Amino acid sequence: MHELSIANSLVEIASEHARANGGQRILAITVRVGPLSCVHKSALEFSFDLLKQGTMLEGAQLKWLDVPVTVFCPTCEREVELPGIQRFRCPECDTPSGDIRSGRELDLETIEICQQATADA
Amino acid sequence: MIEPRILEVRTKILKKNDELARTMRAHFVEADVLVTNLVSSPGTGKTSLLRETLKRLLDAGEKVAAIVGDLETDNDARRLAESGAPVRQIMTHGCCHLEADMVQQHLTGWDLADFDYLFIENVGNLVCPTSWDLGESVRIALLSVTEGEDKPLKYPGLFNTADVALITKTDLAEPCEFNRELALKNIQAVRPGMSVLETSAKTGDGMDDWINYLKNMREQLKATGNTVAANNRSR
Repeated sequence: MHELSIANSLVEIASEHARANGGQRILAITVRVGPLSCVHKSALEFSFDLLKQGTMLEGAQLKWLDVPVTVFCPTCEREVELPGIQRFRCPECDTPSGDIRSGRELDLETIEICQQATADA
Repeated sequence: MIEPRILEVRTKILKKNDELARTMRAHFVEADVLVTNLVSSPGTGKTSLLRETLKRLLDAGEKVAAIVGDLETDNDARRLAESGAPVRQIMTHGCCHLEADMVQQHLTGWDLADFDYLFIENVGNLVCPTSWDLGESVRIALLSVTEGEDKPLKYPGLFNTADVALITKTDLAEPCEFNRELALKNIQAVRPGMSVLETSAKTGDGMDDWINYLKNMREQLKATGNTVAANNRSR
């Protein structure tokens, strides 16, 4: 379960950014994730919920921003979205393409910070 | 009271690992060391292949070393050391993959100038190692004939970050009723154009092609400072 390592980095990066911007608490974070990132979302949620305890992320909500897998189709000469990750062929013209343009993302997109240490302070 | 505000962060979650891997790759390339990361499920024959590979490269006068990752035991390091190459074991104690800093720590005391090839045998796992760049120049996804032809369809993530699919244990293909055509088709389905090599570490079949592939990649690395893999990861 590599999601625990990923959650650890996630907590670290989010906290660094919050502190650098004067935040005391993080209310929510948004993670951009593609199907080729090999991340199991519920495993990452579970790990995140464990690791956020006792940090400035305590109580923070994890939101997802799903990115589709797209490849460049040399026949259609444009980026096309794939319906799944088992078949790397253009859904329009069936040309095989391994020229992946999106779908590997595993990024911390945004954090919502506030300058109060606790919710009711 | 100051209202909550949303900050754009837009950072890779594994940024620290990626940055370290990039630095390590630059050192490897500078020292002309071809670093190969072997990834597969447990029991694919990574260690047998690697032992044979180390032996053959040593016989050819090449300078080789290996780092091997496992959850527990140094059995694999001891098996690999039989080849005569310097070998180090990373015991991850439960961690399902190797990370760049684990590899870096295990390089301490080694001089890269002493090596032409460094092999990293990842923890046996088809999912988790995929996300961690180790600074390698070549990533190999191994698939044994005993595992079933649909592994690429089940684990497209790995096949999409690897440079070569290596089918192992080909001496067992017949008793396992391995459908080679189907396996090749499935590899191409998830990664059109992917190079495929086939080996049996036991009989030596295909080992020459594999060794030649490694030698070619090292020549390419020395000539251009780059390989396919370096373009695939840590973008």
